[in-house]
Amino acid sequence: MPGLIAAVLVAWLIAPAVGHAAVPAPEVERALADLAGSDADRREAAVAVLGGTRDPKWLAFLAALRDGHVYARKESGPLQVVVAGARSTQGDREVVEIRSAHDGTPLGTVAVADLIEVPADRRLRIAIKPFLDANETREQLASPDPGVRTGAAVKLGRQADAGAAATVEAALAREPDAWVRHALAEALALIRLAHGDAATRVAAANALGALHSLDAVPALERLAADGAASASERAAAAAALKRIERWTFLTTALETAFQGASLASILLLMALGLAIVFGLMGVINMAHGELMALGAYTTFVVQNWFRAMWPGAFDAYFLVALPLSFLVAGAAGLVLERGVIRHLYGRPLETLLLTWGASLVIQQGLRLWFGAANVDVSSPRWLSGGVPVLVGLTLPYNRVFIIGLAAVSVAAMYALLFRSAAGLRIRAVTQNRSMSACLGVRAPLVDATTFALGAGLAGLAGCALTQIGNVGPSLGQNYIVDSFMVVVTGGVGKLAGTILAAAGIGGLNKGIEPALGAVFAKVAILIAVILFLQRRPAGLFATRGRNAEA
Amino acid sequence: MAAYSRRDFLKGSLAAGAGVAALGFPALITAQSKEPIKVGVLHSLSGTMAISEVSLRDVVLMAVEEINAKGGVLGRKLQPVVVDPASNWDLFAEKAKQLLLQDKVAVTFGCWTSVSRKSVLPVFENNNGLLFYPVQYEGEECSRNVFYTGATPNQQLIPAAEYLMSKEGGGYKKFYLLGTDYVFPRTANKILRAYLLAKGIPKDSIEEEYTPFNHQDYQTIVGKIKRFAGGGSAAVLSTINGDSNVPFYKEFANQGLRSENAPIMAFSVAEDELRGMDTSALVGHLAAWNYYQSVDTPQNKRFVNAFKEYCARHNLPGGAKRVTDDPIEAAYFGVHVWKQAVEKAKSIEVDAVRKAVYGQEFLAPGGKIKMDEANHHTYKPVLIGEILKDGQFKVVSRSKGLVKAEPWSEYTSPDKGCDWVKHKGTYQKKA
Repeated sequence: MPGLIAAVLVAWLIAPAVGHAAVPAPEVERALADLAGSDADRREAAVAVLGGTRDPKWLAFLAALRDGHVYARKESGPLQVVVAGARSTQGDREVVEIRSAHDGTPLGTVAVADLIEVPADRRLRIAIKPFLDANETREQLASPDPGVRTGAAVKLGRQADAGAAATVEAALAREPDAWVRHALAEALALIRLAHGDAATRVAAANALGALHSLDAVPALERLAADGAASASERAAAAAALKRIERWTFLTTALETAFQGASLASILLLMALGLAIVFGLMGVINMAHGELMALGAYTTFVVQNWFRAMWPGAFDAYFLVALPLSFLVAGAAGLVLERGVIRHLYGRPLETLLLTWGASLVIQQGLRLWFGAANVDVSSPRWLSGGVPVLVGLTLPYNRVFIIGLAAVSVAAMYALLFRSAAGLRIRAVTQNRSMSACLGVRAPLVDATTFALGAGLAGLAGCALTQIGNVGPSLGQNYIVDSFMVVVTGGVGKLAGTILAAAGIGGLNKGIEPALGAVFAKVAILIAVILFLQRRPAGLFATRGRNAEA
Repeated sequence: MAAYSRRDFLKGSLAAGAGVAALGFPALITAQSKEPIKVGVLHSLSGTMAISEVSLRDVVLMAVEEINAKGGVLGRKLQPVVVDPASNWDLFAEKAKQLLLQDKVAVTFGCWTSVSRKSVLPVFENNNGLLFYPVQYEGEECSRNVFYTGATPNQQLIPAAEYLMSKEGGGYKKFYLLGTDYVFPRTANKILRAYLLAKGIPKDSIEEEYTPFNHQDYQTIVGKIKRFAGGGSAAVLSTINGDSNVPFYKEFANQGLRSENAPIMAFSVAEDELRGMDTSALVGHLAAWNYYQSVDTPQNKRFVNAFKEYCARHNLPGGAKRVTDDPIEAAYFGVHVWKQAVEKAKSIEVDAVRKAVYGQEFLAPGGKIKMDEANHHTYKPVLIGEILKDGQFKVVSRSKGLVKAEPWSEYTSPDKGCDWVKHKGTYQKKA
């Protein structure tokens, strides 16, 4: 029986242009009658007949059969096969709308009890699957979405069905997208490797090596070890394997480097605001994480505005959310500084407790306003998916974007601190508060703006984090420890130290994670930081010279 | 502590005395029968687990309301006693003690995480309480005072792996076991690994990996899966805990992987978790449960509508947008199974009710279920579902009939069984 199905399938795949095979109606009739019967072999053959028609109507029927929506009805004369639609309850009876299996004409609503279910047992479902799959694959190859086309190509390559070669060749000829073409070429080579003669196989193995096909590794390994294959085939397979292996090594190294850079950029973005506030005012801002959460929730609110008011411009919401989350968190920081923190300058323990209390207030406020559950922030289309740069190496857009955002933030901070008059005042107050106040710098104003700036940067980080993680009231708590780790390792109040620490921690974490796993990577990082701080308690870049606050 | 237990003993004997007295005076019985029966609800309403457990409290209260609307049990109304153990495992034990000794509840519905269940277990066993536990769990437990209405590994994990290996499921031959680092994923993967090895999957085709709670950075792991899945025929079996799933699926999609490359079969992602997620990255991946909101039965339609209506009427967050899922259904029918057992036993006394629960059947929203005759677990159907864009599941495979629960997996503990009728709980099977 599987042989029959395969034959029908192959015929179907090879001749996609031929119209619907004209199965005479009596054959379909008989198939339907067989289906409603109890002979398992005849039922399976009936599926092959119906699937073989390639008629979308019968394919839909098979899908309904698989999902258990097909019934038989005995009503004056022969059995009638019907497809069930929506179910409902009438009084204590369960009723269902039915349609004719032949032409889909509605046959009214009948009681479920009057129908006999045509069951789709496991065997029948397995018989149905290839027909629906093949149909689905062909539809997917014609899809306008390159991702869907790639998926179909990958599937065909893995099935390596000889009959599909023509379909793949045809698709390859009309495919405009380079990456889909790559996937199709890979699928074709895989099919040829599985089914061709010796010369074709050598060519296919060479092609797969040139394509750096990771999917081909098991097949090539089999061929390289196959005693029945010719020496040239084995050599070609071994050469291709070597090529793929070298390529995988290269892409893995590049991937790890990118991952390290990505993690470092996230850490940097989170720690930047904290480093500035900590460095300038000596305030250990425990509410930094909650300011991030404020930024994230601002993004959520902006997203909902766009969804409700400008659904057409939804993808642009993130560009609006970015500055807005900076402003909202900055404003919250300003209120916090002017309202309470300024009364407690020079008392680090009290400010620590105070900001911790503020963090609890903000957290609970978010929980009351938005609910305890996480909220859903959709990525705009230009931040979902990734750009395939090499075979086997795809860089996700959201991570590339965050690396860029971190770079821009650092550059802007650098320009502000070292290239502007305001920056000069900030640095002056950082180094010696009373002396700068004596020289006419309005230290309280500098404090307020710097704190607001640090808070705004936290908001910006929160906005960026919505693209990679969860948004919930406890978002801040998940990140605050990492932020402090970066700031302390970097050395208090040093921008360069923060950057270097973020890069070091991010790179080290991603460097050891492949070998040790996520749990131990985290442990190893903590141990490394502790050992490092034992040697250099002031961090990477200790503040040198006299410091009035010390 | 000693004084405490003596006082309880005194209270107990006073109550017993009152009971004996009541037997002599029929008038007293009717007076007493007007008193409501107290039932405990022990779910975290704050802290990390609140996201999941609040829905269980809601559905238990809804079931109680339903029963009261039909006149209660044995002519007495049910009075829920709701406590908040706040996702704190020690507090779970304390609150359980309070429910049993102070409020004297007839039954408790509660717990989600295994660690919370383990923490209340001695309390229920020492005070002969009764707990209905509604969540799928790792098994290896057989308590006289607990009824488990969620799935055991053989009702969720094994059928899912079996489906993936079958021709219909795709014939996968390599498995990446990925989980959050705590007891359920560790035990689940131990069982899955034993099962896969028993089915002839070679050792180097199984990869096992854990991430900390709240893990957000899945770059490395997705990269590993990508290389692992090269050549096809690899699937991911995921016991990642709720919160980490969004970053995981997002990263998976963003690195260019699709369910065609490697499907992710999830054991901890249900409709209620999908509420707070952007589902676009999850479409096409799979999950294994015993119930979905999309199950097409008339009683399920009524149940889903009743739950939405209940949440809207009581102004609960989410209101009519709330969804039902597997643990919600299991919590719901647990209340009804208890009610039926009480009616059968004509008593709320724990030992009588316990025996009456054995073999109890109930037409649950997802279809008929049956309580096991001896092992305190539940016969359930197993459904494999595919995630749709609207956060609902399409059932792609269902078990034939109901599957018997095996608290001791035949793959990791073939010599152990659980039976409270012929044995005293866990026993050694004879070779």
